[in-house]
Amino acid sequence: MEIFKKLTHIDFLGKRKLAFAFSAILIIIALGSLITRGLNFGLDFTGGTLIEVSYPSSVELDSVRKALDGAGFEDAVVQHFGTSKEVLVRIAPREGLSTAQIGDKVIAALRKGRANGGQDVEMRRQEFVGPQVGDELKEDGGIAMLVALACILVYVTLRFEYRLSVGSVAALVHDTIITIGVFSVFQLEFDLTVLAAILAVIGYSLNDTIVVFDRIRENFRRMRKGGPIEVINASINQTLSRTIMTSGTTLLVVIALYVWGGELIHGFATALIVGIVIGTYSSIYVASALALAMGLNKADLMPVKKEGAELDRP
Amino acid sequence: MLNQYPLWKYLLLAGILIVGALYALPNVYGSDPALQITTRSGEVGGGTPKKVAQVLKQHDIPYLSISTGPNGLLVRFKTVEDQLKANDDVRAALGSNYIVALNLASAAPHWLAHFNAKPMYLGLDLRGGLHFLMQVDVKAALQKQLEGYVGDFRNALRQDKIRYRSIVRDKDQLELKFANASARDKARNQLEQDYRGLSFGEELRDGYPYLTAKFTPKKVREIEKTAVQQNITTLRKRVNELGVAEPVIQQEGEDRIVVQLPGIQDSAHAKQILGATATLEFHLVDVDHSLQDALSGHVPPGSQIYRWKSGKPELLKKRVIVTGDQITDASSGFDQRSGQPSVNVSLNGTGARIMAKTTEENLKKPMAVVFIEQKNQTKMVNGKKVSKPVTTKEVINVATIQSVFSRRFQITGLDSPREAHDLALLLRAGALAAPMHIAEERTIGPSLGQQNINQGVESVIIGFVFVLVFMGLYYKLFGMIANVALAVNLVLIVALLSMLQATLTLPGIAGIVLTVGMSVDANVLIFERIREELRAGNTPQASIHAGYEKAFSTIADANITTLIAGIVLYALGTGPVQGFAVTLSLGIATSMLTAIMGTRAIANLMYGGRRLSKLSI
Repeated sequence: MEIFKKLTHIDFLGKRKLAFAFSAILIIIALGSLITRGLNFGLDFTGGTLIEVSYPSSVELDSVRKALDGAGFEDAVVQHFGTSKEVLVRIAPREGLSTAQIGDKVIAALRKGRANGGQDVEMRRQEFVGPQVGDELKEDGGIAMLVALACILVYVTLRFEYRLSVGSVAALVHDTIITIGVFSVFQLEFDLTVLAAILAVIGYSLNDTIVVFDRIRENFRRMRKGGPIEVINASINQTLSRTIMTSGTTLLVVIALYVWGGELIHGFATALIVGIVIGTYSSIYVASALALAMGLNKADLMPVKKEGAELDRP
Repeated sequence: MLNQYPLWKYLLLAGILIVGALYALPNVYGSDPALQITTRSGEVGGGTPKKVAQVLKQHDIPYLSISTGPNGLLVRFKTVEDQLKANDDVRAALGSNYIVALNLASAAPHWLAHFNAKPMYLGLDLRGGLHFLMQVDVKAALQKQLEGYVGDFRNALRQDKIRYRSIVRDKDQLELKFANASARDKARNQLEQDYRGLSFGEELRDGYPYLTAKFTPKKVREIEKTAVQQNITTLRKRVNELGVAEPVIQQEGEDRIVVQLPGIQDSAHAKQILGATATLEFHLVDVDHSLQDALSGHVPPGSQIYRWKSGKPELLKKRVIVTGDQITDASSGFDQRSGQPSVNVSLNGTGARIMAKTTEENLKKPMAVVFIEQKNQTKMVNGKKVSKPVTTKEVINVATIQSVFSRRFQITGLDSPREAHDLALLLRAGALAAPMHIAEERTIGPSLGQQNINQGVESVIIGFVFVLVFMGLYYKLFGMIANVALAVNLVLIVALLSMLQATLTLPGIAGIVLTVGMSVDANVLIFERIREELRAGNTPQASIHAGYEKAFSTIADANITTLIAGIVLYALGTGPVQGFAVTLSLGIATSMLTAIMGTRAIANLMYGGRRLSKLSI
């Protein structure tokens, strides 16, 4: 089975203006949402208390809210988690109360209203994060992302050429902003695992871009005819079935993770799904087009070693 | 001849596969929830297994087996519920001389243990348990140390006959007030010589010359470091007392400590034990003055009013006879005569000497035991969280000194056996060098842990099957070769994780899933190249050769960049993020071996050295 029976000849770069416009719109929406709505940070970053309990049968959220109101937790956010038997209660850091004890109080309040002393309410998870820790995590997460990008920039510059390097890192920033933007637009919860997923997306999307660049370098050296546009187009076409194939298998497993991996992994899987789709698009349309716009040409990628130059001559 | 590997390469791959399979094998058997029973002296008596079996039978708790091993007695259970229930009952029945700890015991057959092959170490999110991040208040440790210098200075100045007005601590510095400058200069000369860790300064305030002393920056760092270290040591002792088989206690950053207690569920009790700074002080009761006078405001100098838990006042001499630092051992039990819960205390040499002297001089007079506990209260001040230590002092016992005693004695007057047990534990484990508060806390119930494992394993299998089918359909025979490599890769990841005993977390499982998807990339690159070569009209053999050859540098580049991301994640991330980084990086490394060398070896075995007209790709 083959996706493309013959080598394709799609003029990807011919549509680069369209692609730029498309990317620009996505980035504007993402940044706009990040500025106006911000991210729905999870407990890891905001601090506070989170309690997950499970009931033996489906439970109405209203009754849970009522029990909590009675105990003085009017500000508690209550939601179902996974099934209608599991309930997630979140409480912001609050004044006066020693924060680490809130969890115990909440469980006591939930058990109070139940028959047989509430033994049927099972505590599944309880998390407390101090506000200071959360702030530090935000900072560390941002630093991790910047360090990863910087390291990659250095590596690609050493292995390839600075225009390609800038092109690939620009594509990564593009992917990162849009993926985070999706979390902002839909107000999906942004927690530590999502951050990890975004760093994985950086690694993955780069993987994709590198494969295309590798081929561009090879073709610049091999193809005698044709300007940069033809060479880059040919390279993208030659690697197209691989790009789609790899993205396909990775998407398959990530979808498996989304569907069967459980509620705790949802944010993580969502970030990866969005990141892989955007990353695939950017390695085709954004990275090489940017390198081209910066004036990449044949001479830049010729081997610098003398022996290599001589070998190339007939 | 094209496409043939030397024999050693096949043998190497076969060797890696065998070792990998061996170390991955224990995971197939999984582990049983278990209780690990040891004694403080180390030896578990021969009668203990029988006793445990009896207790379990009495409470109708089913168990799998009871066996004696190098780590004491091991009781295996089928479910975590049985294990937790048995934990309470067995603990109560055996008493405080036994340490009963929750554990996961490998269920692999015995011969695997000879190779030191163990199942993967499951993180808290997969096995359930408690996680704490403790913030050490190093500033308080500094101030406490500085406070200690007040007495030293007094003694030193008195000895050298240098007159001073007052010595007080104000925040981070000591202030010594003198009547005249010459006394100050003399004091400075003397103290500067003796206390190298302090930097001195001079000030003139309200006409009085002052000498100030504060720690040098080097000394500050040293004190902070030791404070965190000592807290870790104390925490480790306390955790061992709590009964956790494989606790994690380590420093994080400069002034934080991570404590992970797998299997433990009772968060309130754990917090009480970990966070408490308890010690005892022994005081003589002031029988020469009236308590009533003292209560109305005329507290005699040298005495102070203390209170019982009930609020009942007691006038005690300020001088401390012996403190908790001099306690070498403490164990809980019951008083022989009254049957009340009690704590038996042993003192060290100095403590014993002082105690003997005091009791001899004060025979038939009452002596009080004061329980001192430092707790942290967190309050919100101007929207900021401020945690400050609160010291409570409580009289727990007043008894008439019946006879002279020194090294060993008994404290009674405690509310319950549990209180006696906890007090003994705290006295044994010592005090914390600096107060701590909980910056982060996570409790994961056992059922959620099991659910996370199930869902994680399920998604790995489903993702794996998806990729297998997809690759088989798309690349036919070569796809099947890639599938074999993928399966081997999975085995190798599990084997490496088991060997390293790296912590497997839920994000870690996600990393494995992601690796399954990404590691076929190398094969996709190779196979696409082979197809290209075939299309260009090359022979099958030459195409295989060129395909592997040309794809290699691309694969290396692509994987190295992902590895960079993985390493950055590991270096800068914490807990769950690190778990993900470990499996992702390991997966990439092993996939290079299996996807390139592994598939090549199979392809060479199948096609190498033969005349081919067609390839199934």
